[in-house]
Order: sequence, then structure tokens, then C-alpha cells
Amino acid sequence: MTEDSTFHHGGAPVDVAPIVQMKNIEKHFGNIIALAGVSFDVKPGECHCLLGDNGAGKSTFIKTMSGVHKPTKGEIYFEGKQMDFGSPRDAMEAGIATVFQDLAMIPLMSVTRNFFMGREPTVGRGPFKRMDNDTMNAATMDSMRKMGINLRAPDQSVGTLSGGERQTVAIARAVYFGAKILILDEPTSALGVRQTSNVLATIDRVRKQGVGVVFISHNVRHALAVGDRFTVLNRGKTLGTAERGEITPEQLQDLMAGGQEMAQLEGSLGGTV
Amino acid sequence: MSDTTPEAVTDERMKTESLGSRLMKRPELGAIAGVVLVTIFFLITADSAMFTLSGVVNFMTPAAQLGILAIGAAMLMIGGEFDLSIGSMVAFAGLFFAAATVTFGLPLIVAIPATFVFAALVGSLNGFIVIRSGLPSFIVTLAFLFILRGLSLVGLKLATGGSTQLRGVRDAIEGDWLAPFFSGDAFSGPFAWLAENGWVETFNNGTSKVPGIPIEIIWFVIVALLATWVLLRTPAGNWIFAAGGDPNAATNSGVPVKRVKISLFMVTACCAALVAIITVMDAGSTDSRRGFQKEFEAIIAAVIGGCLLTGGYGSAIGAFFGAIIFGMVVIGLTYTDFDQDWFQVFLGGMLLIAVLFNNAIRKRVTGER
Repeated sequence: MTEDSTFHHGGAPVDVAPIVQMKNIEKHFGNIIALAGVSFDVKPGECHCLLGDNGAGKSTFIKTMSGVHKPTKGEIYFEGKQMDFGSPRDAMEAGIATVFQDLAMIPLMSVTRNFFMGREPTVGRGPFKRMDNDTMNAATMDSMRKMGINLRAPDQSVGTLSGGERQTVAIARAVYFGAKILILDEPTSALGVRQTSNVLATIDRVRKQGVGVVFISHNVRHALAVGDRFTVLNRGKTLGTAERGEITPEQLQDLMAGGQEMAQLEGSLGGTV
Repeated sequence: MSDTTPEAVTDERMKTESLGSRLMKRPELGAIAGVVLVTIFFLITADSAMFTLSGVVNFMTPAAQLGILAIGAAMLMIGGEFDLSIGSMVAFAGLFFAAATVTFGLPLIVAIPATFVFAALVGSLNGFIVIRSGLPSFIVTLAFLFILRGLSLVGLKLATGGSTQLRGVRDAIEGDWLAPFFSGDAFSGPFAWLAENGWVETFNNGTSKVPGIPIEIIWFVIVALLATWVLLRTPAGNWIFAAGGDPNAATNSGVPVKRVKISLFMVTACCAALVAIITVMDAGSTDSRRGFQKEFEAIIAAVIGGCLLTGGYGSAIGAFFGAIIFGMVVIGLTYTDFDQDWFQVFLGGMLLIAVLFNNAIRKRVTGER
């Protein structure tokens, strides 16, 4: 299957300690149980896909991972140590970067200004303290080139970029600022075919730099094109984690749809359910 | 990434942009084009005296007074908010300043900083209400337009015992060493020297027709340069654009949006205070109609200067030229045979053209299709 191999150029790391490990995470909002025991881990240099239909709890789960929500129960280990993120900033500083669907980009501003928004490097002191424009422009051009996008100019406004390119800017920004884990919330959901393939290629590049990627999607084809492992979430629970090659698109699709074919899948998932 | 480097060198989309299309992206382009158009218009229709040195000083003085306000308004608009209370703020700060110098007899070194602090407090109150309530700044500052105007009237009557004009500022500040920085003309020495040598126009008695550069023009340039520096070269400038462009995205990226916006309200109020101090010292008195309708004129100048009403785009240099257009039109008409009341028609027309022009520019910049 060509699509299966298009964006997968390297072997997934096998025996590496995960950067983030989440064990039996539960999250309750009042009397609503959004997450009822989710276990998930990400290793450096892998792309771990989190699949699930709408309402499965994907958003709640990644928000727990990125420090927006505190889990009601369960443990989060970051690089082997138990962590308790108080805010998204804590998680960001530890190296967990999240690219949400709105991308946190401002169309009217230049790529460079967006890239460094809120984290501008400065030169000079006192009243002459100013943004280090040369460094900012060079770093932006360089980071974007590494992601395979040649900007016309660093002062090109983000509004002139395509959806896929904007996604890439957001990813490049996260990587530039030292993300060890990159959480991508449905990065391909609003994109066309070409743009999707650009973003998937970007994910592959990021993974090769040793960043652990969490790819949230409800599109099985996109996930299979780039993922190393696949975890399916349904009604707030993990239905299991499958390695690449152990599962077919049809099986993943069935799992996402509600696990009606559980019995049949149990074998192919290798007893991980 | 060795596998991506070759692409970097050859990309068919890498095209050097023409100077024209680069200029089109500058927010101040419209205002500069406007200055050129208005200049041509008056070169044809107006008396040639308009473009002599004294004529230029004549129209630059009201331009400067408005421009200081317009630059403040422009920064606030880029930050995504409005302030309709700046005109009333001029009256209110003028009252505070005049009362400080006349009624309480404070020296300028105390009265001027106190006026700025007071204005900043009122500005921060504006900002605080807008941020905390989430209401549009349009409504909140509209309320303050009336509140501050009313307070100025009441305050004037209290300070003077029933009059709406507070006089005696000139006597109160006579001889104060700070006064030359906020009133009168700058560089009068060099101008006198130029007149002696016959290089500038002189009256019959040999003194220069232009005694110096009115101090507000100096302040106008300083404020414009300072605002441009902040907007284009500092992180704070980036935060202002971000806060106006998309407050959510900015907050998610770690920009202190609330602090930025409240600070901008304070800056705008301080611009109003600066205009109040200069004009009150110049006139020697203050009255309740000071700064009347200046909020609209300032916003018009900012919009002509390329600010979008939706925020996140604009420039201080644009507002600078917007204010100059304003000054040229309001004074220039007196040099022509036109009825001066055409001024308002002209102003409205300029605003409409500017907004249409800005809209088209924004679509180009953002690549909206």
C-alpha cells in the first residue's frame, strides 16, 4: 500500500523509555465522566496516533496532557518522574507543545512576528532594547526551510499562507522552542489532499528530529500514513494500542465506531485490549 | 536535515517582489498618497502663501495638536480597542492642569507629571472596565466621553465659582524653567539668525515671520518616532499587533493581552494630557469645550493613516500623515476661494475613501480571496 509508506521513512524506536507516560487517567466534570481510565505514552521519535470519533474524549485527554485540565485520577510521568502540571505554561516549559486547531496565528502579522509572538528575542539594553530582527528573520527562514517550506520573505504575512503552510509554521515554532512532545490536534481535518500530505511530511520530519508526536485524528487513512502506534479512544476509554503493521484500516475504523467488532479484533491487537 | 537543503536553493516560487507591491503592503502608503494628492490640490487652488515657511507652520500647528492624539488613537486601534473619550480627556486633563497651576499654584515640575499620572489613571479605569466587563470599548468610552465632559464643566464651575473658563495659567507659569518645553516656539535663536541673514521671510522690521518651530510640532515628531520605534522594533509592539489581531491566539502564545490593552488606554489618555498641557499653556486658560470632537478627528486621522477598525493593523507614521492631511485641509481652505465649511465634507470624503482603500489593502495583505 503506497499511502502506508509515503510518510514513513524510518523505523520506529523500539526499546526507548517514553518521554511522557499517562496511566489510568480519569477526568470528571461534575457528574460527567469524560475520561474513564486512559493510558497512553509517547516515545521520542515516534508518532503516536490518538484516534477516536467525536465525543470520544480526545480533546479532554490532550488538554490533560498539555496542562489545561488536571486529571481527577491517574498519574502522569514525564521523563520518568511523576509530574503535576499546574498550567499550560508548566507543560510548555517542560517541553510539551500543543498545536491547537486555531493554531494561535494572526493572519495580519508576518510569519516572523507570529513565529516569535510572546517570546521575542531582544538585543540592546535600557531604552534601546529592541527585537533582534535579524536573528528572528534568519531563524524563521531556517526553521521553515527545515520543514520544507521556502518562504518568499520572512515578512510575508501569515494570511497569504495556505492552511497546510500555517500548520507547518505552528509546528516549526513549537519545535524551534524546544518541544520534546508535540501534540497536534486534528492538523489535517480542514485541509485538502496536497496540504494534508505536506503536513504529514512535516510530521515525519519532526519525528526524525527525535520529537515525540501525538497525532490526534479521526481520519484513519491520515493516521496510518504516518503513525508508528495507534491508540483508539472510545467513550472515555482506551480500546487498545496497536503497533504499525498489526492493524488494518478497517479494523481501526471499526474500533473508532464503537468497538462492535471487539471479539474479532482481540486477536489482531495482540491481547493489548 | 540533509534531505531538505537542496530544495532551499531552488524554489520556483521564490520571486523577488517588485518595489510597488512591497510598498502596497505598508499601512501608511494611503496616507502618504493622500498627502501628495492634497498638496497637489492646494498647489493648484490655493494662494501660493500656503506653501511658504509661515504657511507650512500655520497648517502644521493644528496638525500637530491633532496628530499627538491620532498617534495615541492609532496605537490603541492597532491594539484592537477604541477610545472615544480622548476629546473629553483633553478638557478634563486641561482642567486638572490649570487647577494645579492656578488654583493650587504648583510649579510645572509637579503639575505636569501629576497631570500625566492623573490622565493615566483615568485611562486605566477605561481599560479596566473594558477588559473586565468584556464590553466593546466603543460603548464604555462613549460613556466616558460624556462623563469626562460633564466632570470638566462641573469642575470648572467649582474651581472658578461659576464660570466655564479658568484663566490665569500664563501668569501662574510665568518664568517657570519647564515652560519652554511645553509652550512657545523652539529654535527661535536659529530662526532669528536665519532672518538676519535674509534666508527666511521677514517682516519689514527685520524679524523672522516665523519666530521658531511651534513646540507642539516638535512633540508631534517625537511622539511619532517613539510610537513607530515601539510598534516596529520592540516586543511590546509585537504584543500590540498580536493583541489587536487575535486576542485569543495572542494569549495562547503567552502575550499579556490584558496588560497590553490597559497600557494602551493609559498611553492614549497621556497623549490627550500632553495636548491639554500644550494648548492650555498656549492659550493661558482652559474651558469646557477644549478638545471638543477631537476623538472623531483623531480616529479619522488614524484610519486615513491605515489603521483597520478591526485592529491588528496600522502604523503611527500613517497617523502622522493622516493628521497632516487634516491640518492641510482645515487651514488650506482659508487660502482658497472655497467656503471654509467645505472642510467637513472633505473630511468625511477622505474617511470614506481611506476605509475603502484600507479594506482593499487588507485583502491583499492577508491573501483573502
